[in-house]
Amino acid sequence: MTLLQTHLSTDPGAPLARRNPVAKLAAALIPSVVLLVSVDPVSSGLLLTAWLISVPSWGVGWPGLVRRLWPLGLAVVMVTLGNAVFTARKGGATMLEAGPLLITTESLATGATAGLRVAAIALPGVLAVLTIDPVDLADSLVRHLRVPARFAYGSLAAFRLAPLLAAEWEVLGRARRARGLGGDRNPLRALAVLGGRLFALLVGAVRRGTHLAVAMDARGFAASAHRTSARRPEFGRADAALLAASALLTAVAVTAALATGAWSPVLS
Amino acid sequence: MTVPDRGAAVRVRGFGWRYAGRKAWACRGVDLDIAAGERVLLVGPSGAGKSTVLRAVAGLLDPETAAEQEGSVEVGGVPAAAARDRVGMLLQDPEASLVMSRSSDDVAFGLENAGVPAEEIWPRVDEALARVGFRHGRHRPTAALSGGEQQRLALAGALVRRPSVLVLDEPTANLDPAGTATVLSAVESALTGAGTTLLLVEHRVDAAAGLIDRVVVLEPGGGVVDDGPPAEVFGRRGAALAAAGVWVPTPWGPAAPPFRPGPGGDVVLTARDLSLTYPRTRRPALSSASLSVRRGTAVAVTGPNGSGKSTLAMLAAGLLPPDTGSVRLSGGPDRPLHRWRPRDLCRRVGTVFQDPEHQFVTRTARDELLVGPHRAGIPADAAARRADELLDRLRLTRLAGANPFTLSGGEKRRLSVAAVLATAPDLLVMDEPTFGQDARTWAELLELCVGLRAGGTAIVAVTHDEAFASALADERVTVSGGVPATAAEVRS
Repeated sequence: MTLLQTHLSTDPGAPLARRNPVAKLAAALIPSVVLLVSVDPVSSGLLLTAWLISVPSWGVGWPGLVRRLWPLGLAVVMVTLGNAVFTARKGGATMLEAGPLLITTESLATGATAGLRVAAIALPGVLAVLTIDPVDLADSLVRHLRVPARFAYGSLAAFRLAPLLAAEWEVLGRARRARGLGGDRNPLRALAVLGGRLFALLVGAVRRGTHLAVAMDARGFAASAHRTSARRPEFGRADAALLAASALLTAVAVTAALATGAWSPVLS
Repeated sequence: MTVPDRGAAVRVRGFGWRYAGRKAWACRGVDLDIAAGERVLLVGPSGAGKSTVLRAVAGLLDPETAAEQEGSVEVGGVPAAAARDRVGMLLQDPEASLVMSRSSDDVAFGLENAGVPAEEIWPRVDEALARVGFRHGRHRPTAALSGGEQQRLALAGALVRRPSVLVLDEPTANLDPAGTATVLSAVESALTGAGTTLLLVEHRVDAAAGLIDRVVVLEPGGGVVDDGPPAEVFGRRGAALAAAGVWVPTPWGPAAPPFRPGPGGDVVLTARDLSLTYPRTRRPALSSASLSVRRGTAVAVTGPNGSGKSTLAMLAAGLLPPDTGSVRLSGGPDRPLHRWRPRDLCRRVGTVFQDPEHQFVTRTARDELLVGPHRAGIPADAAARRADELLDRLRLTRLAGANPFTLSGGEKRRLSVAAVLATAPDLLVMDEPTFGQDARTWAELLELCVGLRAGGTAIVAVTHDEAFASALADERVTVSGGVPATAAEVRS
């Protein structure tokens, strides 16, 4: 949630931030798909390094990125430790042994590879999502990928309501406290209070959604047969270059992994 | 596209509509002729079907939601459903009307839907923004606008389609006085020199009186019962309308109730040096606020939207932990109020929220009144007696078994207050209690507060409602930019 909740203060004029949203998403998708195929430190490490180097060109500041990405960092650490403990590869020197818990140099390397891979898969997507304006995305999806306007702009309007719902959730919590609910040790009762709060949120969301639908129809959204677009998202040379660079980088990473013999397909 | 600014006539004949799942007709037997360019205010008590008539004129009633319908509604000589692009509509809640994240994009939305060529869109958007007096940049994020400015933007979004009929459904209901003035002046300037037909429902009739030249009175189930120039209609029916809860403008409506002082008493609540900054914001919502409230007095907290007055109320009610300072209530656990257990808190402090629905936690109105006492450990028979007494006092006995979410706006408000009073708290904190209420519920709320205060209850009311504050407040606190200033009014 924290990842999507508020728009990160980014520099929209940065060279990569300015790119077409569809180009950004595709550029992020290419390395992620390839990394899903293999678990090896070479391709993951190369791609992660390359994407980390690109961070400033996305117009995203390091402090903001770190603040926003701590859940991802936590996930990487958990994946690393989990794999280090549960892998079957327990060769090498023993580093830690406590009952059934055994971590060796080889198991730690296996864990680190898995963690690296998760980071390398996630980072491109995060950079793309953080720097995409939702309206631009809807425009591009409609124009370049022929997504129906009704779906694209309908979803866009619905997403605008997300921060309102977050605020409403807080108010509902306060209102329950005011009514004397909550603060129970009994988990069943706590669950019942939570359920009621969720229901109230849902009622509010449905009502807002209905109002939004009426407001959109009042401006001809339902009836529009020949919709035009006020903004013209362009897919230019720079956008194609971003795609090509991402593909090239991924190819280099795979080649390097194959050449060093590190390539290790998941399904084999 | 239609010719700009030429009004269209509206013709309603024997119109009736019953929503699926409802026994009563939302409206029935409505006959109404509005000439092109006329500016009509539709008034009537709650439940008269005003919104249904507006939606019918805007062509937005979905036949699938009707159990039964009859009669016809025409705009410019064609059925309203086929004339949608000739009608512009503005709804109550600006938050739920805006689609795009940038201001100009939102105005352009209606033109895109109408298939207007891209090169014509931006000049028309700029013209519409100028017409409503929108002074922010084109790219201003819609989320960063105040409610009044959002509504102004939504008006531009309706006008940019050059509608022949403009339909406004309580456009200021969710706004503070400054926002109300903003929107009504935007409507006025937008209509100046234009021939657009205007059909308006607005419960702050006094504020909208300057916009209109004809008043039509609807009655629940009775269709149109009066029709004519404002002075005549209000002159004839002012008293009856006011008794039915309609806000009748000043020369014809009842006089504002006079101020009645509370008996006073010991200090019950002391708040010192309260500050709070919400997560992910830089500016404190409230800084070094102090407040002391005595039994048998009412404190009105006023100030513009976003000034921190609701934050002050939430802190005073023990519902938010402050960053610095603390709130203490005399008697009870020796802890700051925000660290009291909910069951202890609800016995001493009652909080009425701006939106009554936020407070509802059960399936029937009567159960709402039993929750607090049960949690506070009040014996069941005493709680039941008090519940029935409160239901009776607030005219809710008939609705005791109804689901709280299905009640009307005024009933919801009365129930939310009754539920809070069930534990007989000695401090009542209210956030905009009169917001959106009709004149009758308004007067009842005031009377109830005066009665409670006479019995020694302390009241803190956050309100934009100047008439309510003047009639009730023994003390005034004005919050601006997160800094409250107390002005004990010297009254004799």
